[in-house]
Amino acid sequence: MSKIVELINVFALLSLLAVGGGTAVLPEMEHVTVERRHWVTDTQFTEIYSLGQLAPGPNMTCVALIGYEVSGLAGLLAVLVAFFFPACLLCYFVSKVWDAAEGSPWRDAVQRGMAPIVIGLMLAGCYALGKTASYNPAKDWDFNLLTLGIGAAVAIILTLTRINPALTILAGGAAGFFFLG
Amino acid sequence: MSEAAPRVSLGKLFSVFALIGVTSFGGGIVAYLRRALVDKEKWLDEDGFMAALEISQTLPGLNSTNMSVIVGRRLRGAAGALAATLGMILPGAVIVTGLGFAYVALRHDPKVAVVLTGVAAAAVGLLLQVTLKIGWKQLIRPQDLIFVVVVFVLVGIFHVSLLVTLVVVAPLAIWMHRPRTEKEPA
Repeated sequence: MSKIVELINVFALLSLLAVGGGTAVLPEMEHVTVERRHWVTDTQFTEIYSLGQLAPGPNMTCVALIGYEVSGLAGLLAVLVAFFFPACLLCYFVSKVWDAAEGSPWRDAVQRGMAPIVIGLMLAGCYALGKTASYNPAKDWDFNLLTLGIGAAVAIILTLTRINPALTILAGGAAGFFFLG
Repeated sequence: MSEAAPRVSLGKLFSVFALIGVTSFGGGIVAYLRRALVDKEKWLDEDGFMAALEISQTLPGLNSTNMSVIVGRRLRGAAGALAATLGMILPGAVIVTGLGFAYVALRHDPKVAVVLTGVAAAAVGLLLQVTLKIGWKQLIRPQDLIFVVVVFVLVGIFHVSLLVTLVVVAPLAIWMHRPRTEKEPA
């Protein structure tokens, strides 16, 4: 039971800190769930995030699997509610009063001021995932060259084409199967 | 929004958002939302959609669920917000739960482990590409780049709590962009 309460506390706070979308809380989520609470290993965290890229809908629903690792289905439901409900409730009430601020120059200031913060957080998220997924010091250099190469190839392909990103994730899995095995 | 909102049933709201939730593979959910809400159902016009998106992006939480809350509320109040948001989340949550069961059962299989390694390596590339695509303007402007670097170092390297980082850095960043053209009345 106390585990459920801990899960709710952690994910409800993350919900309200998710400025600029769910990926902005990735570095904090990784730090809290892996390094501080030891709920999942860094490899598990990265794999759970990656599974989220293969499911439709908001890709952060995968965080529910951290709850599943900690306390089964009850943990899964607890995380799902804790991660989505607080931000939705906030949005419900703030969006009611937001229209009243229409035309305020401060609205623009908030948006332009927050933009670089969100980018900094997203880069920190890349780093939090990449330090296990792209470069794993426990593995050989040729293994790491391949994982770095897969990530670089995905980034380049997505920049140059309009292919569905989920397909590049599947291709990454196929590359892992054939070349990393 | 002042335009007369059409009367939409809660079931319809749920099903439209559930359809978006189940068909939007690979991120980019905003494009799916626009197609369904503006082009197909005509629940919002282009300006209404952009206004809702602007709120969704500024407030904490996922853009997709915030959009569901806003659109659901405008059409049917609190019940509408709940129906739309559940529609958005549930299909993906069910599928990700299924993937999760398979993951827990199979992850120690060495063949599955290398597939997951490849998937994770690709996911980093995807996240990096998305970050660069939406952030290139901030990365080439020195006064923004400073904030990008400071936040990256504080949160990513030194693991300063996100709450503390936001409380300290966000007011500074917003102050940098404070409105300057208008004169305050004396």
